[in-house]
Amino acid sequence: MAKSIKVRAKLKGGETVVKALISHAMETGQRKDKKTGKKIPAHFIQEVTCTHNGTEVLTADWGTAISKNPYLSFKFSGAKAGDVLKMSWVDNKGESDSVEAKIK
Amino acid sequence: MNTNRRSFIKRSAAVSALGVAVSAGLITPRTVLAAWPKAAFEATDVNGAVSGTFGSDAMADSGDITLKAPEIAENGAVVPITVTSDIAGTEAISILIPGNPTPLTATFKMGGNAAGFVSTRVKMSKTSDVLVVVKAGGKLYSSKQEVKVTIGGCGG
Repeated sequence: MAKSIKVRAKLKGGETVVKALISHAMETGQRKDKKTGKKIPAHFIQEVTCTHNGTEVLTADWGTAISKNPYLSFKFSGAKAGDVLKMSWVDNKGESDSVEAKIK
Repeated sequence: MNTNRRSFIKRSAAVSALGVAVSAGLITPRTVLAAWPKAAFEATDVNGAVSGTFGSDAMADSGDITLKAPEIAENGAVVPITVTSDIAGTEAISILIPGNPTPLTATFKMGGNAAGFVSTRVKMSKTSDVLVVVKAGGKLYSSKQEVKVTIGGCGG
């Protein structure tokens, strides 16, 4: 599976700043196909999980109103350089992806 | 790349062979979907969405929540929103857009080490308030700001 997540985690004065970009259609289910006039079925990420050394630092439940190719940023403390941060997502069709990044 | 491909193949093989059997440690879509608060996300009113998420809709306005959103968003499909909560012990942050067909946009649950800060981009169908609900110490706090939308983010 092609990598759909781009993640950067940087230490900044004791806090780790995580920035992530996920490529996903985030289809709301409200949009209509211009040619056929039929609604395009919803297809969106429902849950994003981020773990650091096996402990969850952030879980996000998302609805359809998150923009296409979602961007997410958050901060947490207690990490050191070289630690591994894992991020994964699951969408409403059961598709998923995960990525690991080293904290710089 | 290769190891991921390997585990992906292994996983799909396990799923097709045994239906739900997945090796320990992997999150199955099934368990994740069960945790996703469907009723809250499908609620068409703010109160329903908030109580579906937090079990209560009693909120208090708080000045300790900083909501950064554009006053005027030219493109409703991409509205950047940043929330900073200075309330001690922030457990969860929800973003709601009352003007959307389903107001609940996202709920971020903080782990023990996470700071009360999230930044993301949302879709807005029309000019509306952006409402942020923060859960801290079992109580709900809220803050809101209006965002004017020139082109809606829903519809083709």
